Amino acid sequence: MTAVTVSRQDRTEHQQRRRRRIFSYVAMGIFAVVFLFPLVFMFVSSLKPDGQILSDVRSLRAFLPVGDISLDNYVGVFDRVPVARFMFNSVLVTTLIVGLGLVVNSMCGFALSRLEWKGRGVVLAVIIATLIVPFETIAIPMVYWVSKLPTLVFEGAVPKYDFGWLNTYQVQIIPFIANAFSIFLFTQYFSTIPKSLDEAARIDGAGWFTIYRKIVVPLAGPAFATVAILTFLPAWNSYLWPLMVVQEESLRPVMVGMQYFFQLNTAWGEVMAYTSLITLPVLIVFLSFQRAFVSSVAASGVKG
Amino acid sequence: MKRRSLVTIVSVSAASALALSACGQAGQGDGGSGDGPQELTMWTHSAGNPAELEVYSKIIDEFNASQDKYTVVEESFPQGAYNDAIVAAAAAGDLPCLLDMDGPIVPNWAWAEYIQPLGLPTSITDNLLPTAVGTYQDEIYAAGYWDAALSIFARKSVLDANGIRIPTIDQPWTIDEFDAALTTLKAAGYDTPLDIGAEDKGEWWSYAYSPMLQSAGGDLIDRDTMLTADGALNGPEAVTFFTWFQDAFANGWASNSGTIGNQEFNDDVVALSYTGVWNAMDSLEAVGDDLLILPPPDFGDGPKIGGGSWQWGISSSCDAADGAREYLEFSFQDKYIAEFSDKQVVIPATAAAEELSANFGEGDPLRPFVELSQAYALARPATPAYPVISSTFEKAAKDIMSGSDVQSTLDGAVQEIDTNIKSNDGYGF
Amino acid sequence: MAAPAAVLLGLFLIVPVLLAFALSFTNARLISPNPPRFVGLDNFVRAFTQDPVFLRSVLNTFLFAIVVVPVQAGLGLLLAVLVNQKLRGVTFFRIVYFIPVVTSIVVVSILWKFMYQPTGLINSFIDTVTFGALQGADWLNNPSTALPAIIVLSIWQAVGFHMLIWLSGLQTIPDELYEAARMDGADAWAQFKNVTWPGLRSTMIFVLVTITIAALGLFVQIDVMTQGGPQDSTTTIVYHAVRKGYREQETGYGAAISLIFFVLVLVIALVQRFVTREKD
Repeated sequence: MTAVTVSRQDRTEHQQRRRRRIFSYVAMGIFAVVFLFPLVFMFVSSLKPDGQILSDVRSLRAFLPVGDISLDNYVGVFDRVPVARFMFNSVLVTTLIVGLGLVVNSMCGFALSRLEWKGRGVVLAVIIATLIVPFETIAIPMVYWVSKLPTLVFEGAVPKYDFGWLNTYQVQIIPFIANAFSIFLFTQYFSTIPKSLDEAARIDGAGWFTIYRKIVVPLAGPAFATVAILTFLPAWNSYLWPLMVVQEESLRPVMVGMQYFFQLNTAWGEVMAYTSLITLPVLIVFLSFQRAFVSSVAASGVKG
Repeated sequence: MKRRSLVTIVSVSAASALALSACGQAGQGDGGSGDGPQELTMWTHSAGNPAELEVYSKIIDEFNASQDKYTVVEESFPQGAYNDAIVAAAAAGDLPCLLDMDGPIVPNWAWAEYIQPLGLPTSITDNLLPTAVGTYQDEIYAAGYWDAALSIFARKSVLDANGIRIPTIDQPWTIDEFDAALTTLKAAGYDTPLDIGAEDKGEWWSYAYSPMLQSAGGDLIDRDTMLTADGALNGPEAVTFFTWFQDAFANGWASNSGTIGNQEFNDDVVALSYTGVWNAMDSLEAVGDDLLILPPPDFGDGPKIGGGSWQWGISSSCDAADGAREYLEFSFQDKYIAEFSDKQVVIPATAAAEELSANFGEGDPLRPFVELSQAYALARPATPAYPVISSTFEKAAKDIMSGSDVQSTLDGAVQEIDTNIKSNDGYGF
Repeated sequence: MAAPAAVLLGLFLIVPVLLAFALSFTNARLISPNPPRFVGLDNFVRAFTQDPVFLRSVLNTFLFAIVVVPVQAGLGLLLAVLVNQKLRGVTFFRIVYFIPVVTSIVVVSILWKFMYQPTGLINSFIDTVTFGALQGADWLNNPSTALPAIIVLSIWQAVGFHMLIWLSGLQTIPDELYEAARMDGADAWAQFKNVTWPGLRSTMIFVLVTITIAALGLFVQIDVMTQGGPQDSTTTIVYHAVRKGYREQETGYGAAISLIFFVLVLVIALVQRFVTREKD
């Protein structure tokens, strides 16, 4: 008798779990469709001629690679825009912003979370306050400002000073290395690493930099991965700034290239093809880092 | 992330940053050192437009080869971002020698001392279409190779089938006729018979709809004084026009969305399309002989179309202005003007180039645009206040389109424009 | 060790911000042959007394934030709970939900503008699902639907990021707590209420603060899709500041609007901080 009840109980529990699983899959599936359809639309449209994109948008055909399918738009994109050059610039600028940003911001986070120094509280407060400033509102003073900054130029092999950062790679990189949000994340994460480790190292005669490099950094992988992805996205997508400060075509990043397609009449097919092209690297980066990223955000357990 | 890989990334980044900041330093400096030819920098708004760029590089190559004092170096920007780039460069004191600009912005840049008087011989500027020359305070600051024109595209078969009279330059549609035609066409099954282009944004709004306002007797500003919009933009004539404009959407004659361009007309989804010469080739291909290029309707003061397209000027900071003039003089040859016209499908700025061009000579299929331009073209007001006027006009027209009260919206726009003019001490007027 | 970051932040954030603040007390113009004049508080007086569009922008910005903050946080949590189950293929779904986040907001805005057209995808979908009983609106051209339409798009784009943050919070809650709750006979809802939610407190604060800051800075979607219209129903503070300060060239006035914005957000941030600290 008992055995029968147990198995029945098991069965209902099993059924319940199954029902819940089915429900979960249905819900997740619906959400997946909702989140994917604009991108499917983008990619599918990149294979169609303009006229067809506009007429297909009224029906489900918008999501299906039907009708006059070709790679013509991609050919058109390469005719119109120096894609490879723009990609190279974006990769370069983005890599440097992310790479240098990791170092600079983690060091700052280290100082804020572990060192006792005067004015620490003020600096932290200022940094948090700067999170609020939207870039659009300071863009103009910023252009004026960077155009007055000194820089090193080489005439032949002779270095000399000059003024004005316009039209360089550095103007696209250096202003964005220090990042209040990254500092904030590092500070939060570092403060979860036990301070007793530092003290032990101090007794062994280690300096602060050694503690940073040998103790804190190796334990903070997740924070580094999180900051890397979060600084990668705005750097790759930057548009307004390079537009204002870079005049030479050979220095432009990918997002500026978007504007090339909005002539008197928009070449929609090429817009879709170009957006597919420039979204692709981001997806690849994200897909290859996603395991580390997802688990790192999880591990960092961002504490507010 | 492992420590070693981090250290590697950092050192590589730092090293490449140094190297690149050194070699990426390519200034806009005009002067070259040494005895070689002097460099003339030149910016165009034509990035992403290979056909137009092709003509420019041809002119530049031929100019550079024709003499050895100057070398013109061209840099192109996407149109949507061009003004931002110019303004940023001006703020930083880094303007090129030669730059092109949209006609209505010329007075603003002249007033701001971005550009200097053009100083081309009158033998060149007198031959150009009046709307291809940019002036401020009676001084010429810019000149262009072409102009564009708007018209109403239609199919002859459709008008005939619905018993609608085909208008001519001498006898355009009156506004009542136009309304009746739209009503008929809507009844004939066109959901929104007129593609008026309201889905676009930016300068298109002033370019396309302020001529209609002028045709009704209103204007963007009082052109006699250039000091107030009062009476021009909010007088009874303006209210009449904007009421019509609002009704056109409310009655379902025109749609406030759709897609920029002329696809709907080519697909026969709309019967009439208020659009520009730049769309004519595609429509000619799609519609063939059936295509009609018609004058816009007469709102009372005769039809008007907007004039003034991209023009060339010389920056005030240019230290080789003579060279820049030499280049411009060289470039205003009829063969080049005709080539721009062919590649861009725009109206050539000289009569001789019209004949050389493939599409705009006597008897050519796009000839009607030349006639429309000659009969009706009116430049937008030549005042430095124009950017504010245009932005305010666009906002007011859009609000009216979506149903806001006509008179009070226009009064608000006038107040905004007048405040701005006052705070700029009248912009030199 | 904070020096490099502090110097960079000082040079490229603090200095431009201070410059902008200084400009807000002048009649500086983007393009003008006349030098800027000091005008005291004129710009601020103008914003609050003579510029109805500015007041409307403040209202819209807060409306947007008031809807987006809870909805985006809630939806993010729901998604996080869904993909936190031990099911086959959840990683796939996590990635899919995150994809809009990695897509440029400019690209996303262009795509959605396309879909919101009267004859676009959204309306043909509504038509199909309701068998023609319901007619979709002209979303972006109707003053009462434009802001909601932008809210939907914005949540769609950003929710994946907050899902991930919630997920990280969920994964720090030890399994033993759930097992204990199950032993006590707690159903799914009771488990969520008594175990999950209390464990997510610190995550919640982080999520709320980041969404609030992002929501108050709403700009790109407006710029691409509606330019503040129809009838000012979607104009926001940042959009208005850019329109005035840049497009209409009144740099001084635009800077004043930015300064007001900065103060407003700072106040909100302080209030949020105060409220959450008190409860701790």
